[in-house]
Amino acid sequence: MLHSLTPAELDAFRLSLAIALRSVAFSLPLAVLVGYLLARSRFPGTLALDALVHLPLVLPPVAVGYLLLVALDSRSAAGRWLFAHLGIELPFTEGGATLATAVMTFPLMVRAIRLALESVDRGLEAAARTLGAGPLDRFVSITLPLMLPGILAGLLTAFAAGLGQFGAVITFASNVPGVTRTLPLALYTAMQEPGGEAAAMRLAVLSIALGLLGLVLAELLARRVYRLLGR
Amino acid sequence: MMLRLSVSKRWEGFKLRAQLEAATPGVVALFGRSGCGKTTLINIISGLLQPDEGRVELDGVVLTDTRERIRIPVERRRIGYVFQDARLFPHLGVLANLRYGLRRAPRDSRSIGLDEVLALLGLEPLLARRPYQLSGGERQRVALGRALLSQPRLLLLDEPLASLDAARRDEVLPYLERLRDTLSIPMVFVSHQLEEVLRLATQVALMEAGEIVACGVLSDISLRPELRAIVGSEAVGAVLDGKVTGIDAEGGMAHVQLGGGVLHISLQDARVGARIRVQLLARDVILATEPPRGLSVRNALEGVIAELADDIGNTVLVKVDIGSGAAVLSRVTRHAMQELGLRPGMRVWVLVKAVSARGHAFAVAQRRGAGLT
Repeated sequence: MLHSLTPAELDAFRLSLAIALRSVAFSLPLAVLVGYLLARSRFPGTLALDALVHLPLVLPPVAVGYLLLVALDSRSAAGRWLFAHLGIELPFTEGGATLATAVMTFPLMVRAIRLALESVDRGLEAAARTLGAGPLDRFVSITLPLMLPGILAGLLTAFAAGLGQFGAVITFASNVPGVTRTLPLALYTAMQEPGGEAAAMRLAVLSIALGLLGLVLAELLARRVYRLLGR
Repeated sequence: MMLRLSVSKRWEGFKLRAQLEAATPGVVALFGRSGCGKTTLINIISGLLQPDEGRVELDGVVLTDTRERIRIPVERRRIGYVFQDARLFPHLGVLANLRYGLRRAPRDSRSIGLDEVLALLGLEPLLARRPYQLSGGERQRVALGRALLSQPRLLLLDEPLASLDAARRDEVLPYLERLRDTLSIPMVFVSHQLEEVLRLATQVALMEAGEIVACGVLSDISLRPELRAIVGSEAVGAVLDGKVTGIDAEGGMAHVQLGGGVLHISLQDARVGARIRVQLLARDVILATEPPRGLSVRNALEGVIAELADDIGNTVLVKVDIGSGAAVLSRVTRHAMQELGLRPGMRVWVLVKAVSARGHAFAVAQRRGAGLT
């Protein structure tokens, strides 16, 4: 099917994959940390952190993109600092699209990880303690492996959702062909152009195929992991 | 070598106040009804729970002292713990479970190796399996091996047999007996089954409503009135530690020295010289005021009535000293007591059917002198 696509459409396909992959890769460690804080710690800021993390889920995506733009464009302090010290420019770049995608899919990942953590039997961690495992050792050797199904589920959900990010990406990173024009943006663009129906259909079918592939992959992975855990 | 503790903890309307001193090595049974604080107490010993106040000391090392703000973390106490529900790590195979504690034990203190544990607990055939492929009894054996391999200075067992049915229990009990007899690791185990205590314990701490009400060797504890509330009146009876002095080859009978006399009991695979623990239920013990003649009962021990105590209904529990500090209990009706004129100081003969006495081989060295402080 891929050979029937135009080079521009292939670009959009590759870009979508790259951005979704990178966004989940960057958010995973942070999501595990936040999930852990929300599930296990009782510091007073938990509620505020919870609300902040989940905000992108309830805000209009365009508003999230707009807020990112306000916070990080070249006129803001943070934007100037990033450019001056790290040479990073986010608005209207692929990096920006990745960031917008990561922010939008973060709550999905945190939720899955938090649920996974809450379902880990604390008794097993206590058993590991009596066998001589310290806190970090325990987390790596017991808690993390037991959370694996949840982490995988979170990763795949976030990845699938990342492929379809539209509002926040187009607002923060714009719709630059080959740079930030991902599948949904390309689909939208095709719909705007006269005679673009065939292209729009091809992109829609591609999106569906990608989504289905993700779901099947998730199910297979989950089965493997569950078999490993003997559930 | 000593486990010494004096702790208190209260929560949700429950109060625990316990003092215990136990000689190690040895097997201490925390015996009592469920909900009396047994598990709470061993959780405090392990460090999984912090007492409100108190001190826990093992072999001269202070593990917990609330006044001096000492609290050695669980993972550095080197106290093994076998949980009621085994708690094997589901994402690891049996071998990896066994190695978990071994890999984390200090190298210079390794005294028990993988091969030894595999042989001791018969784990070889299970090595390639995963925890969900094990039966309840096998799971407990793996958990036991895993705890042993962490090279513990003390092993805690929280009703390790409670979640098993009778057949599985009989499968695991011999392994526990073997551990007690071959390893010198001190153990504290929680139980509400007299059978387990009978077969495993060298010392018993009787718990009731968050307190240790009596502590000592089982032969003494078995005579305590507090025991009746826990085991039920049917199971009341003396437990005696004796020694096999002879074997009747054709009858499968062992002659067991108990107190000042010898009891003939039916016992499989007994050796001369073996230590045997015998339980004589009070309801199975008959008293006679004269030396018996013409009875099928083979066993008559001579003794002196030490005490008469009210029992359930219109029965009386008679405690009879049979010499060498040993005593048995007999349940008789009030009517029989009056007719025979039973009173303290009176000479009597204790009659026991050979088949009603239950004996268990018991190889560990008995220690006296440890007790409630």
